[in-house]
Amino acid sequence: MSSSQHYDVAIIGAGPAGLAAAATAAERGARVVCIDANDQPGGQFWRHRPEDTHPEDDGSLHHDWKTYLRLRAGFDAAAAVGSLCFYPGRQVWMAQREDNGFTLRTTASAQAGRAAPGPQTVRATQLVVCAGGYDRQLPVPGWDLPGVMAAGGIQAFIKANGMLPGKRFVVAGTGPFLLPVAANIAEAGGAVAAVCESADLTGWFPHLATAARVPAKALEGTEYAKSFLKHRIPYRTRTVVTEVLGSDRVQAVRTAKVDSHGRTVQGSERLIEDVDAVGFGWGFTAQMELPVALGAETRVDDDGSLVGVVDSQQHSSVPGLYLAGEVSGVGGAALAVVEGVIAGRAAAASTAAQSSAAESSAADVRLARKAGTYRAFARAMHLAHPVPAGWQDWLRPETTVCRCEEVTAGDIAAAKEHLCATDARTMKSMTRTGMGWCQGKVCGFAVSCLAGTEGASAESLRSVAKRPVSVPVTLSELLTLEDEQVLETTTDH
Amino acid sequence: MSHKINATFNDRPLTAEDGTTVGAALMTNGVTSWRNTRKEGRPRGLFCGIGVCFDCLVDVDGEPNQRACMVRLTEGMRINGAEPDTAEEEA
Ligand SMILES: Cc1cc2nc3c(=O)[nH]c(=O)nc-3n(C[C@H](O)[C@H](O)[C@H](O)COP(=O)(O)OP(=O)(O)OC[C@H]3O[C@@H](n4cnc5c(N)ncnc54)[C@H](O)[C@@H]3O)c2cc1C
Ligand code: FES
Repeated sequence: MSSSQHYDVAIIGAGPAGLAAAATAAERGARVVCIDANDQPGGQFWRHRPEDTHPEDDGSLHHDWKTYLRLRAGFDAAAAVGSLCFYPGRQVWMAQREDNGFTLRTTASAQAGRAAPGPQTVRATQLVVCAGGYDRQLPVPGWDLPGVMAAGGIQAFIKANGMLPGKRFVVAGTGPFLLPVAANIAEAGGAVAAVCESADLTGWFPHLATAARVPAKALEGTEYAKSFLKHRIPYRTRTVVTEVLGSDRVQAVRTAKVDSHGRTVQGSERLIEDVDAVGFGWGFTAQMELPVALGAETRVDDDGSLVGVVDSQQHSSVPGLYLAGEVSGVGGAALAVVEGVIAGRAAAASTAAQSSAAESSAADVRLARKAGTYRAFARAMHLAHPVPAGWQDWLRPETTVCRCEEVTAGDIAAAKEHLCATDARTMKSMTRTGMGWCQGKVCGFAVSCLAGTEGASAESLRSVAKRPVSVPVTLSELLTLEDEQVLETTTDH
Repeated sequence: MSHKINATFNDRPLTAEDGTTVGAALMTNGVTSWRNTRKEGRPRGLFCGIGVCFDCLVDVDGEPNQRACMVRLTEGMRINGAEPDTAEEEA
């Protein structure tokens, strides 16, 4: 059963960027469709308990919940009058550009239980990709033990289920995002044995003036500081987890200090015992599969992530394709909202052509200024929280790098040395890194760094994001494609 | 107020609050892994928690390879996965 519907604007993702884009475009008269893999709007930042069982989320686990409620009201109002059609619980697994717009293929996120209904094919004149991102990972001995999760994954677990995935946690990696994760754990009743931040916070000093221009961020910082004091959470800077220990699940972690060059300091090791959960987060990786598949121009941002190139209207290099939120640069929810508004306005304007020029330009200037402030803050954050240069030192030959295909650091080193595999694509064909279920989403950054000679190159990261389908789909879904050629390139899964 | 949902994991009863995911239901019932890797047979459970990594794959109502972090637990659901060796030691 394949049905197709045509809209003015399609929006992929209903996180901060997607909600803002959808509500804005619908308000401006466009016929909008929004698709999100999750069962309800909110994205990663505003993930919350199921609305049917917990209709009154008080936002206590969230920042800026008021903004969410405001955006959500606009989103729901548009849906109520029929100018916005929302398909939750469905993933876009392929996007193609055609003469008069875009064709999206969707599938239910879950094939069991409450598989979400919706059209398999959606067509729209303009497309706004607000696909967000996920925690960036670095492999470390023992990171494949049950109990080790992405830091954001722990937070998502708490926000969605109101429960904890463990009792005593260590949260490690880099970036201000480790703070809300630890605070959420403590507020939900968990113990946080330590937060290990690899950076030396003096990295912020040159940027304090920039950071101070974002008042909401500063406020958030003080709230976390209070929460840390209240729950006695030890916050250790220049500290990394170099090993996770346990037989069939996490039992302990080994930490070490890193010097100002990001290299671990001999003799500084410490063991933290009685730990049953570890959360790792080294910044975020944007979900670039769909923009890359559509041919959008990309760049490597200050944090080393591959992101889409956009103009002042969030328009990509592909006509009619807009990118907002993490996919145009990892910068937090507040920036994602502003970019979503800009993209929503621009996408609606190019379909309707009825906006008043005078009103637009004043608002455009205001939005551009706001986005500029948040971007400067994001840049300061990226520079202050780099991935430590010496992270590869803590790998052992037997350390798993690609979790899906179980490729070790030793396999990768051998392929590099003997087979001249110096980018992720060659590494993939030699060692199978990135060939498994996750398609390299988890190990792509690390493999690009390990294969390359000077970190992860844009070319290598792009090859990781280049996939014929953005999520694994069934053969019967592939058969719905009329395009034979696409079929041929996707059957290796 | 949400009520309890009754399901099974490998034919044993599994109970959790309505509104939780299959992954969360397993975790709160002391099951931290439900899949073994192909090559090394290593145990796996939740990792990314948001549908990206596919580490949490499990069989739900006969549908293989469902992401436990993305599927919501429903009444009578039959979940099947690899038996964790160490779950008993936990208690
Ligand atoms: C797990 C996690 C937790 C986070 N928690 C915080 C926090 O506490 N504080 C903070 O400042 N920042 C947090 N961040 C960073 C935060 O994600 C961003 O700042 C912000 O949410 C970005 O908004 P966005 O709209 O770009 O993307 P997101 O919020 O990531 O929303 C993207 C949406 O797109 C959907 N999507 C993606 N691809 C597809 C597809 N192919 N088909 C259909 N739907 C799709 C996803 O389901 C998701 O709902 C977190 C990130 C992650 C990954
Ligand atoms: S935990 Fe990663 S997909 Fe479920």
